[in-house]
Amino acid sequence: MDNNSNNIIVLMVCPVSNYLEQEIEKSFKVFKLWHFEDKEQFINTHKDSIQAVVGSAAAGADAELIESLPKLEIVATCSVGLDKIDLARCKEKGIRVANTPDVLTDDVADLAIGLILAVLRRICESDRYVRSGEWKKGEFKMTTKFTGKSVGILGMGRIGTVIAKRAEAFDCIIGYNSRTEKPNLNYKYYPNLIDLASNCQILVVACSLTEETQHIVNRQVINALGPKGVLINIGRGLLVDEHELVSALLQGRLGGAGLDVFEHEPDVPEELIGLENVVLLPHVASATVETRKAMADLVVGNLQAHFGKKPLLTPVV
Amino acid sequence: MEAYHGHGKEKESQDLPRVLLFKPPPDFHLFGDECFSSNKFKFLKAWESPLPLDQFLKTHAQSVEAILSSGGAPVTAETLRLMPAVRLVMTTSAGLNHVDIAECRRRGITVANAGNVFSEDVADLAVGLLIDLLRNISASDRFVKQWLRPRQAAEGDCYSLGIGSKLGGKRVGIVGLGSIGSLVAKRLDAFGCSISYNSRTKKPSVSYPFYSNVCELAANCDILIICCGLTAETHHMINKQVLSALGKEGVVINIGRGPIIDEQELVRCLVQGEIKGAGLDVFENEPDVPKELLALDNVVLSPHCAVFTWETFKDRQKLVVENLEAFFSNKPLLTKIVDND
Repeated sequence: MDNNSNNIIVLMVCPVSNYLEQEIEKSFKVFKLWHFEDKEQFINTHKDSIQAVVGSAAAGADAELIESLPKLEIVATCSVGLDKIDLARCKEKGIRVANTPDVLTDDVADLAIGLILAVLRRICESDRYVRSGEWKKGEFKMTTKFTGKSVGILGMGRIGTVIAKRAEAFDCIIGYNSRTEKPNLNYKYYPNLIDLASNCQILVVACSLTEETQHIVNRQVINALGPKGVLINIGRGLLVDEHELVSALLQGRLGGAGLDVFEHEPDVPEELIGLENVVLLPHVASATVETRKAMADLVVGNLQAHFGKKPLLTPVV
Repeated sequence: MEAYHGHGKEKESQDLPRVLLFKPPPDFHLFGDECFSSNKFKFLKAWESPLPLDQFLKTHAQSVEAILSSGGAPVTAETLRLMPAVRLVMTTSAGLNHVDIAECRRRGITVANAGNVFSEDVADLAVGLLIDLLRNISASDRFVKQWLRPRQAAEGDCYSLGIGSKLGGKRVGIVGLGSIGSLVAKRLDAFGCSISYNSRTKKPSVSYPFYSNVCELAANCDILIICCGLTAETHHMINKQVLSALGKEGVVINIGRGPIIDEQELVRCLVQGEIKGAGLDVFENEPDVPKELLALDNVVLSPHCAVFTWETFKDRQKLVVENLEAFFSNKPLLTKIVDND
């Protein structure tokens, strides 16, 4: 391990947590891009010294940034999603990429189930019903049972698999759509997403965002899910055609939605704000004390491994 | 000698045995008047008469053999005294604290409830309240909807309401491992929680660790879930000592009955940070909720609606009708509590 690792400069492109900053600063010199008003000028000044970029779901390393940092060796993202990183360009230039898989899988899956229950059982709405004093005027409304329902999972990766296992504990019937069928899974595979949506009541979006999957949940899929159907998105906002989603909810062509992610975070379509059959979260699927620490440790661990000339802990490229 | 019929009945129905209803079940309003109908019995609807209840019963209900109590309509010793022919009290609830069971026993009256028809829904809500509490779901939804946009990721943790707490690996203590408690255990097991329980008696077929004392259970868990019924023994069972044993990092979920918890003490603990949070579907004086709770972000409040699903109401209607039909055909009931046949 290089004893002068404190001279290695890491550029954080967006705030993540105080803890992550402190931990990186223990071994490296850190520049925080959001502290600088003129980001272009800052990069111009320091481009020859920046050797690592740390990002998150909010920001990563696009082609422009990569091209402007000739000494860049590694991009470490505090997220499992890679959609903010130009992977092809990194590969091309021999830049390493590391993310934070596995440590957040349980929390994201828990939130998916939490959102399903919140939407079906109207938990948030009923909490407001109590807080506003409405309960004194009369009973709350009827809701929809979760146990035994059919759940469709788009993307049967690490997170999708764990969501399925939890839904099984509620005696749910599981179906899924994925790029390829997974061997040894007891769930019904639907090669066509519209078929999956037609055959489930709750569709959970759990796949990664790539060029191919942008707006994969489109008008036809939403219509297939239908007026009694519920869409849960814990993947990425761009996986769903948000404009179509809003219109379907307003017109009653879709029964409800639980959303942790949006096309243009932190913006949320205003039309959704007044809808009681919609639960909106500010991208918090991995936001627990335990998991955020584990993610930060993994980012730091990857940086230390790379600059210590050891194998990356969780390499992508 | 009375000829009190419901409206719109045909001549044949005069021969049908009658079932007394004190007040209209919520199902009538939601599903229509025919949702508990059968061609094997008819309803005697007490609320349709201008007479006060005791007079009504004396005049019209002397030969009525069955009572259907819905919406917690009490079945007291006094009521039973006024209805000497009753042999069955059927309630649409699972809880029985509104029925004088001792009096029913004395009179040889069979009591039947709605059995386990709600158990899944109640267990689902317990899990929903727990995830909401640990992951700030209602608080965040409120936050997003009130402020129109999620707060910008700022320095420090990215979320102003306070970061959540991981569910997996937490120790869950279930108070009352009956039908509902078992289903809660099955669900939380799948989330990677470790389950232990307290019950009146240890369940031999269950492998979860058993604590004979609820205080000891609380001391050994992070999440206490109240799934038992309300009895003289369980009244205020969750008291100062139990909450203290649960501790600063502990949370409590109540989908049983409000009076199982000493509510005043619970509120004090929450306000002073002596426990971390609570998810409550039931309260001591519904629909009144202690106003201190209304201002807290570390509680999730639910208006006693754990059984309010369309599916379960339909299942319950079917169960009630099947039980009443079985009763009048002298066949075994599906769900009886007190058997005095």
